[in-house]
Amino acid sequence: MTFRTTTALLTLAAIGLGNAATAEIRLGASVSATGPAAFLGDPEAKTLEMLVEQLNEEGGIDGEQVELVLYDDGGDPNKARTFATRLIEDDEVTAIIGGSTTGTTMSIASLAEDEGIPFISLAGAIEIVDPVKEYVFKTPHTDRMACEKIFADMTDRGITTIGMISGTDGFGASMQAQCKDVAGEYDIEVAADETYGPGDADMTPQLTRIRNTDGIQAILNPGFGQGPAIVTRNYSQLGIETPLYQSHGVASDAFIELAGPDAAEGVRLPGTALLIADLLDEGDPQKEVVTAYNTAYQERYGQSPSTFGGYAHDAFQLMTNAIREAGSAEPDAIRDALEATEGLVGTTGTYSMSAEDHLGLDLSAFRMLEVADGTWRSIE
Amino acid sequence: MDALLQFVFSGLTVGAVYALVALGFTIIYNASDVVNFAQGEFVMLGGMITWFGHDAGLPLMLAAALAIAVTTAVGVALNKFAIEPARGAPVVSLIIITIGASILIRGATQLIFDKQIHRYPAFTGENPIEVMGATILPQSLWVIGGAVAVFVALWLFFSRTLMGKAVLATANNRLAAQLVGINTNWVMTLSFGLSAAIGALAGVLVTPITLISYDVGVALALKGFAGAMLGGMGNPKGALVGGLALGLLEALTAGYLSSQYKDAVAFIVILAVLFVMPQGLFGKTSADRV
Repeated sequence: MTFRTTTALLTLAAIGLGNAATAEIRLGASVSATGPAAFLGDPEAKTLEMLVEQLNEEGGIDGEQVELVLYDDGGDPNKARTFATRLIEDDEVTAIIGGSTTGTTMSIASLAEDEGIPFISLAGAIEIVDPVKEYVFKTPHTDRMACEKIFADMTDRGITTIGMISGTDGFGASMQAQCKDVAGEYDIEVAADETYGPGDADMTPQLTRIRNTDGIQAILNPGFGQGPAIVTRNYSQLGIETPLYQSHGVASDAFIELAGPDAAEGVRLPGTALLIADLLDEGDPQKEVVTAYNTAYQERYGQSPSTFGGYAHDAFQLMTNAIREAGSAEPDAIRDALEATEGLVGTTGTYSMSAEDHLGLDLSAFRMLEVADGTWRSIE
Repeated sequence: MDALLQFVFSGLTVGAVYALVALGFTIIYNASDVVNFAQGEFVMLGGMITWFGHDAGLPLMLAAALAIAVTTAVGVALNKFAIEPARGAPVVSLIIITIGASILIRGATQLIFDKQIHRYPAFTGENPIEVMGATILPQSLWVIGGAVAVFVALWLFFSRTLMGKAVLATANNRLAAQLVGINTNWVMTLSFGLSAAIGALAGVLVTPITLISYDVGVALALKGFAGAMLGGMGNPKGALVGGLALGLLEALTAGYLSSQYKDAVAFIVILAVLFVMPQGLFGKTSADRV
């Protein structure tokens, strides 16, 4: 081990001599660019690569260039841990962004805590920042916040009894539990609770059961991937009239395309400003940020960025902002600056961190969206 | 009453998908006793290439034909470059080769195409057909019809044609088959090509319902394999009945019992059947000479 470390250090020194002027600040990242969570990690990796390039073209942070060391953990927590070790010990990064899934995040987080390296996670679960860990932050809003946003909208429409149909994948199961947990606070009763597997092709039996349950006023479908699109198509096939709510997991134009504009008409979900960049008011604080990100991503990759890419965007901005504020690349200084973040506008929302809150978003970060005429529309 | 009918429609739709995948297993199994675990990837390729062709502006039917042709070529190549060189290896080694091939095909697909989920329009519209209060999509009828058509074709092939009998003979005893003048290499090429074509056809038919992405193959192959085992491996009738039975079991459990237990109940029934009838519902009992 000593030998390996020494060799690595020597190699690093050699590389460092070669381009000492170009790479002063080293940022590490481990995301799930391939594997089952590729739909999260792929846009995240693309976003990080794009942003680092942009930043360096504009002169880096206070004149110092930023080098990004990016690994693909394939959604495997073991690999994520290996890469995090490598980032800290061999690549000697000052901070880490990554952890596309809650599993990979948790394995990186424990290392970051031990080694005292600031880490911004891109995963949803509330457990990542609750209880607060000294060096761990995150950008995506939690599942619980999505549930609260949906229930608040239901309450406005006078809905008190709902049926849930959830995916059994990690995302669906976690959100299902959070929603059932928080439903009582909004006086909403979950009268039917059905599930489907991530690869299932037809959910009409579950939806028929929900439809035949007395008093159901709305249906909520936590899940991501193709499941929600199939649920929406089956919902339309069965001619169900009660409102259908989807989760932020499918907040993208691809959802409308997969479900079909006719079937998706009237579906509501909590999304971010990124999805409705064109529809934001001129005065909206997020308008400039989401438009810039949207345009740059489209130009470079020829496709619209997803909410998940937006998480990486915000993590990168938080981190570079903290390094700028700290005025140094020392991990502890960056950590303190991260915690002192106040009013940083991202694509997901406006972040204000504190010692008790390492997420820094509130419910206003979500916008209730509805599909109308084959596109997203804000209903606020 | 309309609920029961809805569950049955759902079960038939899903079951026909499983049956189509299960039917793909039969030819290669009959020719070589190998369970081809790349069968799910053939299904995936069928769907992905059709989507790609359709997205690039080809008419749907032309894109589907192209997908079946390309996938058939992949099947033939799999036999030529991976199975044939390992001819003398035991069946288990060959099965492991097919698992490796499936990983390769999946990786290549995600590089060549992409990692997104896709679909293309159903063949004959999206308006559900209503029967006594329950609804079924026209595309479901295509899938069910496709499964029945493939079953009839396979049944005729194995029982009425010389070629089909040559395939069975090759599986039974390769050396003896060669001695009576059967070109066993050609039989293997043919069986991989046909299996791939059936898999691709399945992919073409089911994509408007199930949607397609590079990684759906494993899940489809697993359910198709379970259906084939339930009905009896190698028997087209078993594949059809097994697949449909599995789909109906899942739908009825989800409808009447609980959707949480739908996969569990389906697999418990399969285990119970195999416990009583180890060869599956229609499998032939084999006797080894001691």
